[in-house]
Parts: sequence; C-alpha cells; structure tokens
Amino acid sequence: MNEYLDETEDAELRREVEEHIRDCPNCWVVFDTTKRTLRIFRNFQIEDFPEELHERLMRRLEQRLRQRRRRSQPDASVPPA
Amino acid sequence: MPRTRAVPNTDDEAELVSRARDGDGEAFAELVRRYERRVYRLVRNITQNPQDAEDALQDTFLKAFSRLDSFEGNSKFYTWLVRIAVNEALMKLRKRKSDRTVSLDDGIDTGEDVVVREIAVWDGDPEQKYSQQELRAILDEAIASLRPAFRTVFVLRDIEQLSTEETAAVLGLSVPAVKSRLLRARLQLREKLTRIFKRKGEDIFAYL
Repeated sequence: MNEYLDETEDAELRREVEEHIRDCPNCWVVFDTTKRTLRIFRNFQIEDFPEELHERLMRRLEQRLRQRRRRSQPDASVPPA
Repeated sequence: MPRTRAVPNTDDEAELVSRARDGDGEAFAELVRRYERRVYRLVRNITQNPQDAEDALQDTFLKAFSRLDSFEGNSKFYTWLVRIAVNEALMKLRKRKSDRTVSLDDGIDTGEDVVVREIAVWDGDPEQKYSQQELRAILDEAIASLRPAFRTVFVLRDIEQLSTEETAAVLGLSVPAVKSRLLRARLQLREKLTRIFKRKGEDIFAYL
C-alpha cells in the first residue's frame, strides 16, 4: 500500500492494486481517503517563520560564537602592555 | 560552457561547512538561513508546541555548530542536521511528558492501530469547506494523536519528503521498520480525518 501511495514505478504492482480497488469499494474508499489525507498534509504545512524567531536564533548563535572566541583566545580581552 | 553561480546552491555547501568549521560565523549564518525554516517546520510538527519548537530549533543549530567537526561530509548537511533536530525535538517531548516514555521504540505491537474502522467517503473537498485555521487545527490534532515513533516517521517521509532510506538512516531504523511505521501512521491519520470529513447520514456508496 505504501508503494502504491508513493506512486511506485512497479507497473505490475500498480496494475494489481488498480484492478483490485476497481472491484472492491471498501479498498477504493480506503485508498482514496488515504491519498487525500497525504495531499491535505502536504498542502497545509506550517510555512510561517516569524522574523523574531530568526533574530532570537541568531542572537543565541552570536553569543556562543563570542564565548568560543574568548575560550580560544583567553588573553584577547587584556590590552597589550 | 561555464556554469553560472549567481544563485547559491548545494555546490558551495561543502565550502560553507568547511569555513564554518574554521569558526567563520558568517558562513554558518548562511547555513542557518538556508535551513532554519525546514528545521523549524520539522521540530514544530514533532513537538506540537511552539515554545518547544523554538527551543529545539535553537538547540539544533547550537549543537550543529559545536559538532561541525564530526560532520564527515559523506551525507548531506541537511540530513545530518535533521538527525540532530529530531533528537532535540524528542528530548523536548520527553521533558514535557515526563510521566510517559517518549521513544522511537515501537513499544508493544498490539496490531490495534492498523485496523481500518472508518470506511466512508469524504464530504466534498475539506480544503474548500474549512478555513485555513480550522484545517490547521484539525491536522495538528490528528498528528499530535500519533505516537512519537510513528509521528516522526510520518513527518520525515510525508512532510519533509525524505526518502525511505534517508529516514531509516536518520532514525537508526531498518527500511522495513520505516515502511511499517509509515503505513500505520498514514492509516491512523486517515482514520482521524475521515471521522471529521466523512459524508454523514447516507449510504456512503450511493455515488458509485
């Protein structure tokens, strides 16, 4: 069933499934509603990504980068004599 | 003929990763910009909670940054990132539901969740009948009802469109395990949505 839903290239399998669901209303309904389930999930995804989310993420990364630099250059903050 | 390089693409990704590994913050920021939306959508779908999703998003990139040395470059940077993101998202879930074990483990297989109970055609096109917000709420509730082990496979395969093999590699599962979980997740979601979208009160096969 997965393979069929994933639009398998296996022509033999496709034919078998299609033949079966033509004569079996229950299976037809299950296949049809499963296909529609997948389509609806694909069409309705969370695409919003608020700018603040990006900004807060970048702030945390910058903090980490600064910490890392301080650790790798422990004397950087001490002005040269 | 020389190739145009106007649009950033995966060709320069190896270079970005290597510059970021040497501590180039700008290179890492570029990687963040490329993948932050996809990572956010992924962790949002797994955690089903905006705050947990933001924390998981930040922790994913912080971990990725500090572990760049362990990225070997034989997988795609994105799938490497996805592995970290899935772990972070599951960790947030575990924290929130400390009373229940959240794991990628299948648990006891009762076979109960593969049963198809609701066989009914849908009443028209839900995408026309419901508002965006209503539909979003219905889909969120359906996906939240899946066990994390199934939810994660569904999100990676059907929403993020990773291949079965990539999903198996990311989750450390066998290909047959991914296929079986995916089928169960799909059927459970179909069941939930059918309960809401089905044509009511008449012979369901009347149209045939």
